[in-house]
Amino acid sequence: MDEILDDIDRWRAAGQRVAVARVVDIEGSGPRDPGAAMAVNEEGEVAGSVSGGCVEGAVVGEALELLGGRRGSGITTFGYSDDEAFAVGLTCGGTIHLFVEELDW
Amino acid sequence: MNEAAGIYEAFRNAIRAEEPVALATIIDGPDTGAVFDVRPLAGAKLLVRPDAPTMGTLGDSDLDRVVERDALGMLDAGISEVRHYGRHGEARQMDLSVFVECHARRPHMVIFGAVDFTRALASQAKLLGYRVTVCDAREVFATKRRFPMADDVVVDWPNRLLDRIGDELGPRDAVCVLTHDHKFDVPAIVGALPTRVGYLGAMGSRTTHEKRTERLLEAGVTNEQLERVMAPIGLDIGGRTPEETAVSIVAEIIASHTGRQAPRLKDGEGRIH
Repeated sequence: MDEILDDIDRWRAAGQRVAVARVVDIEGSGPRDPGAAMAVNEEGEVAGSVSGGCVEGAVVGEALELLGGRRGSGITTFGYSDDEAFAVGLTCGGTIHLFVEELDW
Repeated sequence: MNEAAGIYEAFRNAIRAEEPVALATIIDGPDTGAVFDVRPLAGAKLLVRPDAPTMGTLGDSDLDRVVERDALGMLDAGISEVRHYGRHGEARQMDLSVFVECHARRPHMVIFGAVDFTRALASQAKLLGYRVTVCDAREVFATKRRFPMADDVVVDWPNRLLDRIGDELGPRDAVCVLTHDHKFDVPAIVGALPTRVGYLGAMGSRTTHEKRTERLLEAGVTNEQLERVMAPIGLDIGGRTPEETAVSIVAEIIASHTGRQAPRLKDGEGRIH
């Protein structure tokens, strides 16, 4: 989370709501370890990353759904083996589980 | 305000101050067979710090106590991962998934010997996130000017520095002895052996190491203790320059933490991480 603190502080100071997606588990190859995080504000601005750029676009979508009240906080999974079930996947062949929540704590 | 209010600020402040902190978050209930609905608990948080009061709650005081204890252990080891618990913190139950994100203190590398190799190794260690201390008894060599990348440059004998900081060294830390002068090497190794340091390496040719081994045995070190000393230091990658040698040393440190033999990935099979 270290690298996204500055952006989060700036957004919160400006009264923006913020969603955070954190890698909580990986199976097989995964580019980032548990704890890697990205933050998204209401306007879709992004800080940090949770993969090598493979799934960040989709995570922004999930974050905006969350901030828009169209989904709750919870686990979102991206994987290669399930590539027909997911819009995006990891080219490295691994699966990552993200916990997506609003930063209201 | 909810019970988690202020947790982000405390978490952020600890990370910025490089103080160890763990954030436990309930992320999920069981996949199947839920005996109760955990969804209202998802997102509940507990902030754990070794040197400050715990904040927040996961919704149950017994669960809080168990997760607090586990989080402190994970901080010591520097591990972030998902753990499973029963509703009241019971082990071997899968009701709740709790993600514990650990921000451990930086690992510490102590380098004995203010030589050219030290400069390259200190830079390489900084790249990997270590706090670096350079120590040499010779004050003309051990200067901040020669080692601007080091966090601390100490003019002292190795055994005296280790008397002061040896208790703080743990499994994630490293001691590298680069002096290849018995006068300094022997007290450095003798001083590091009783600590919990995860990696202990000593530089020198095989001849130097043989002679050093004789001195260490004379100093009362046992053969079993000598097994812990990585000497000659580093992996066999044919490195020659200080910079190449530094890569071979940090590569050996990584491999010793992960328990790998360090062959080529190309020649192996199975998982990379």
